[in-house]
Amino acid sequence: MLELRSVSMRFGAVEALQGVDLELAPGEVVGLMGDNGAGKSTLLKIVAGNFAPTSGELRWDGQPVELTPLSAREHGIEAVYQDLALCDNLSATANVFLGRELHRRLFGVLPVLDHAAMRKRSAELFDELGSDTRPDDLVRRMSGGQRQATALARARLSAPRLMLLDEPTAAISVRQIAEVLELIRRLRDQGVSVLLISHRMSDVFAVADRVVVLRRGRKVADKAVAGSSPEEVTALITGALEAA
Amino acid sequence: MRSLLRAPQSLWVTLTVAALAGVMSLVSEPFASADNIFNISRNFAFIGLIALGQTAVIATGGIDLSVGSVMGLAGIVTGLVLGSGQPLIVAAAAGLGCALLCGLVNGSLVAYFRLSPFVVTLGMLSIARSLALVISNNRMIHDFGPDEDLLLALGGGRFLGVANPVWLLAVAALCAAVWFRYSRLARHVLAVGGNEDSTRLAGVPVARVKLTVYVLSSLLAGVSAILMIGWLGAVTNALGQGYELRVIASAVIGGANLMGGEGGAFGAVAGAALIELIRNSLLLLGVDPYWQGAFVGGSIVAAMLVERMRRAGR
Repeated sequence: MLELRSVSMRFGAVEALQGVDLELAPGEVVGLMGDNGAGKSTLLKIVAGNFAPTSGELRWDGQPVELTPLSAREHGIEAVYQDLALCDNLSATANVFLGRELHRRLFGVLPVLDHAAMRKRSAELFDELGSDTRPDDLVRRMSGGQRQATALARARLSAPRLMLLDEPTAAISVRQIAEVLELIRRLRDQGVSVLLISHRMSDVFAVADRVVVLRRGRKVADKAVAGSSPEEVTALITGALEAA
Repeated sequence: MRSLLRAPQSLWVTLTVAALAGVMSLVSEPFASADNIFNISRNFAFIGLIALGQTAVIATGGIDLSVGSVMGLAGIVTGLVLGSGQPLIVAAAAGLGCALLCGLVNGSLVAYFRLSPFVVTLGMLSIARSLALVISNNRMIHDFGPDEDLLLALGGGRFLGVANPVWLLAVAALCAAVWFRYSRLARHVLAVGGNEDSTRLAGVPVARVKLTVYVLSSLLAGVSAILMIGWLGAVTNALGQGYELRVIASAVIGGANLMGGEGGAFGAVAGAALIELIRNSLLLLGVDPYWQGAFVGGSIVAAMLVERMRRAGR
């Protein structure tokens, strides 16, 4: 579905990514690991269309594509950033539909927000995600897990084919981490591919099919989780093990 | 207690208005007279109208300090055009056109050049007031030409015993309340005030949203100015001087959060009513009018303190 061919990214003298190849199949969950500065976020932002790679090619369904944030969305790629990009002062529903509000016509002419339809749809999305988030709750009063669910529901609204998740389990409690991992499994079960950036080894081993390790901008491993171990991945991240 | 703290600020302010009015009608004979009530309502209508626009600006996390000066400029321009013999509709269009221009300048500089709203509108406060002086040559204008009677009736008249500006405020507040609840733009206004970067990431045209609220704010100041010169029967370049504080105080007392992301139509009106009520009460109680500034200024600070306490409580 998604294919990166020899993608490189240079910021001035810094080579953030060097010749990275990556493939993602429908319904596949890939864990992207690496130390700080290894290039994980850069890779994610290239796929989300925020950066255009310095060299290399992106293919979507076999066709070469140039991605912008807008065109990435149109292709069905949705990113959930680490800070979740939510408006604390608005309700869960308002956040889910931000920028994509539903309308109905009052007296057949005047476009007004269709609160009922939006509330219903967001309730369905939270249901699908198995989250206890209520559509009318303000984000300000939510737990970390509920916030994560709100950000995921927003990304799910357009029925994307690929979701990019940047550290979805950072800064939330252990119980909420379990919730978020369950959300990811549900996405996979519905045929959505997930590219998951995480610092937490246990998360990747719990939900990912494959693990990809970046070290200083190079891909040093790309293998099935079943055929690897946390020890091996740790060694790959730190450089104790050169490649696998 | 916690649920009480969570009640919207507009409700609290309305209760305060009712309580203060109740006390005043007991201690002051003239307070509850029809004339006084008529006066209070008309006085706060001018402020309330502008406070509706200011609330939208503040909800985006901005501020519009220029409303008082824009009133002065729009009032002078309307007066001069009327005095030159043009009909009211032309004069009003000229006055509102000036207000619109001020709003466009404010909004563009804030939205597209990313300048601080405080500095941009502080500059406009000085510029518009200065232009009003230049254009009027510091004269008072009281000859409003052939449409003078129409202007005086519009701003100074009454309908069913209620001053015309109050009717307009009522209609505008209702429209604003519906707008806040049902329009996509208002939803985006609150979103921008809540988290500007996230709103931009969600594909909302943030700059256009900001431009719109500054234009709205200036236009409402223009409308208020035209009504006000009809009431006063004359206009000087000092029209609206110092009103920015009363307008901002109304919005903030009514629940608009200066950090952005919160605000509503009824709050702005209730806030304006409370300030006018306090002013009126002080006068009736025989407090030296020189103290009014201290009370209005104190009330805006007090409103922010209450808001801070409410935040801590939830």
